[in-house]
Amino acid sequence: MAKRLTGLLTPIIAVLLGIIVGTIIMLVSGYDPVAAYTALWNGAFGDIYYVGEVIRQFTPYILAGLAVAFAFRVGLFNIGVEGQFIVGWLAAVWVGVAFDLPKIIHLPLAILASIVAGAIWAFIPGLLKARFRVHEVIVTIMMNYVALHATNYIIRNYLAAKSGDKTEPIHQTASLRSEWLESLTDYSRLHWGIVLAIACCFIMWFLLEKTTRGFELRAVGFNQDAAQYAGMNVNRNIILSMVISGAFAGLAGAMDGLGTFGYAAVKGGFTGVGFEGIAIALLGANSALGVFFSAILFGALKVGSLNMPLEAGVPNELVNIIIALIVFFVASSYIIRVFLDRFNKKGVK
Amino acid sequence: MEYVIEMLNIRKEFGNFVANDNITLQLKKGEIHALLGENGAGKSTLMNVLFGLYQPEGGEIKVKGKPVKISNPNIANDLGIGMVHQHFMLVDTFSVTENIILGREITTGGRIDLKKAEREVREISERYGLAVDPQAKISDISVGMQQRVEILKTLYRGAEILIFDEPTAVLTPQEIKELIQIMRTLIKEGKSIILITHKLKEIMEVADRCTVIRKGKGIGTVNVSETNPNELASLMVGREVVFKTEKKESVPKQDVLVVKDLVVKDSRGVTVVNGLNLNVRAGEIVGIAGVDGNGQSEFIEAITGLRKAENGSVKLNDKELFNLPPRKVTEAGVGHIPQDRHKHGLVLNYPMAENMVLQTYYKQPYSKNGILNFKEIYKQAKKLIAEFDVRTPSESALARALSGGNQQKAIIGREVDRNPDLLIAAQPTRGLDVGAIEFIHKRLIEQRDNGKGVLLVSFELDEIMNVSDRIAVIYEGRIVAVVNPKETDEQELGLLMAGSNRKEAGSNG
Repeated sequence: MAKRLTGLLTPIIAVLLGIIVGTIIMLVSGYDPVAAYTALWNGAFGDIYYVGEVIRQFTPYILAGLAVAFAFRVGLFNIGVEGQFIVGWLAAVWVGVAFDLPKIIHLPLAILASIVAGAIWAFIPGLLKARFRVHEVIVTIMMNYVALHATNYIIRNYLAAKSGDKTEPIHQTASLRSEWLESLTDYSRLHWGIVLAIACCFIMWFLLEKTTRGFELRAVGFNQDAAQYAGMNVNRNIILSMVISGAFAGLAGAMDGLGTFGYAAVKGGFTGVGFEGIAIALLGANSALGVFFSAILFGALKVGSLNMPLEAGVPNELVNIIIALIVFFVASSYIIRVFLDRFNKKGVK
Repeated sequence: MEYVIEMLNIRKEFGNFVANDNITLQLKKGEIHALLGENGAGKSTLMNVLFGLYQPEGGEIKVKGKPVKISNPNIANDLGIGMVHQHFMLVDTFSVTENIILGREITTGGRIDLKKAEREVREISERYGLAVDPQAKISDISVGMQQRVEILKTLYRGAEILIFDEPTAVLTPQEIKELIQIMRTLIKEGKSIILITHKLKEIMEVADRCTVIRKGKGIGTVNVSETNPNELASLMVGREVVFKTEKKESVPKQDVLVVKDLVVKDSRGVTVVNGLNLNVRAGEIVGIAGVDGNGQSEFIEAITGLRKAENGSVKLNDKELFNLPPRKVTEAGVGHIPQDRHKHGLVLNYPMAENMVLQTYYKQPYSKNGILNFKEIYKQAKKLIAEFDVRTPSESALARALSGGNQQKAIIGREVDRNPDLLIAAQPTRGLDVGAIEFIHKRLIEQRDNGKGVLLVSFELDEIMNVSDRIAVIYEGRIVAVVNPKETDEQELGLLMAGSNRKEAGSNG
């Protein structure tokens, strides 16, 4: 039970430490920390509109976190979630723009397109790893750049509307948006994607913990030699784990493509969602439930921080530093855990 | 009589578990004192207390008659206590000297004086007859030599009392002989030795006295000259132990396994199995005797599908298995107790229950339509754990948490329970105590008596002689002789393993 308490206490202390160090920095640079943190809180939960925005923000975070976590459980480090996210986004939008179908077919088809695109993008590094032992970190990093520039090229040359740097908006029949959800949250951009994201948490948990396939995937993650000895096809499981990971990442792209924005634009740089996914997965200890909660934290910080310059006059740069500090302390929770353990031991004696 | 070390009524607890319950060990100056006990009896805990890694809850430690408090390994070092670890703590890319001075470098003006250090190392090496080249790189020298470097390291640091933790586990018979010689030289030079082991033969050969512990309790100290292996074994296990495994005459029937002209390369591309021929019949145990590195591992890996072979034929019950994947080999009726239980045999981070269905998880009743049935999996695990006397807190304990002997029993349970036509056991008793060894040998013979074929690979000649119905000697990737254990002796086997042919061996023996 002491363990349970430590597990709960750790993230709370981490967030507190981040806040304290942020406070010091703001005091030194002459800003009011109380006003700043109030603004952060208000910006995330102060209004039902913001709550809707926070949910919208963490929907792709959940999926990106699941993508990283899933590969990690099989012993692979998928840095390419960002690229898989981008191709998933474009594929979903392309289906959303190019076809005219009833919603019951069009929306699932567009979602499927994002999943397939992300899966294919991750299949390549998976295949290279399984076949030629090429390290997946290097391949996925490079494929992020390929994804970014290839999609920009396609948008600019084939899909762009008159303005030249973004596609036509998707048809209503392919949209995840919901007037009901929007009206519920004072017209935020909240969309149906959250349902899919939660469903994916369940799918990941079920697949890994309850199925024979998950049994193999986890075994490969822990000990490839024993998996081979037990008659499992290690290479096939490596490829499969990358494909599933990429599918989650591609679906994350559909959240922005079919939900939040409804179009795909030429990007000046990476969106960052895929990279946030790494931090989210690590903080969530690579479990489905953990990823869900850590995605909420990241989403709240992201949306809430937008309010800090407006309400408290804290410059954007400082906001980013404070957010980074909170993330830093949360991510280094291991150190906190060590201290807590030591404290506990002393207490017993 | 003067004692250099006295550990009096040492008590060490971990939570509710008492690892050492009032154990007393007194080491005389100039003696080799064996510390004997089963796996998990508390030998390592006791030595870690002496070495300052654990603090005892009760008892007293005296060094040369003076009470001391050893709160960390540095204090142990200063008191002249040195440990030769079972798993060597050496930097592979460093030279012998560099490893020895690591942490105690002699420097002149900030630079390491390697010349001086080498001289000192050579001096000590010669004095104790270790014959270590101070300039050799660790990665270039044999395991036996590496162990000597460990010994040198403790001597260099001024150790008067040396603790050897299972020193012979990794050595060849020849190296063991040399080690025993070294230990005698050390004693002659005034050192004292604590030898942790569960090999009774070595105790009888080299030790002066022996302290036995069982399940955390000190059973007593005996003079080796006044005891015999049977007494020691029953003290250790707490009951009579049968050494010569009881078995009926074998009644071999048809061929189960027929290997013809098998050629296998190792990971570096060197041909290590070179036209091997062997057959195993139903109802017999064939033991493969040989010095480590003559192709045994690659041979087993090739017939179980873990390694691709170049050429040849492997038939099980007339069905060709050559280069089939492990799943197909398993399904054809091969059970495999792998040489390295941590690398291949278990997923250490899986609960015991999941490890018990490692090859069968995809079959009914353990799963249906791809969904695991944990109720059945746990039922099966419970059954095997009870049947094979695996000591584990529960079926959901991680495999990592079990002792080596219990891990091995679990693997054997799993493999035997699948009831394979051919059971391959590669070094099934490595690192285990006599109780576990006896148990495992019985199970292998049981399989044989049930009309299955058993292929046993071992570097322990005793084991091969004891358990096998036929002995096949492997040398440089070929079976060079097949002998009847009743008509041969260790002498002849030793010569065959070293590459002499049958006739020479016969005339020599």
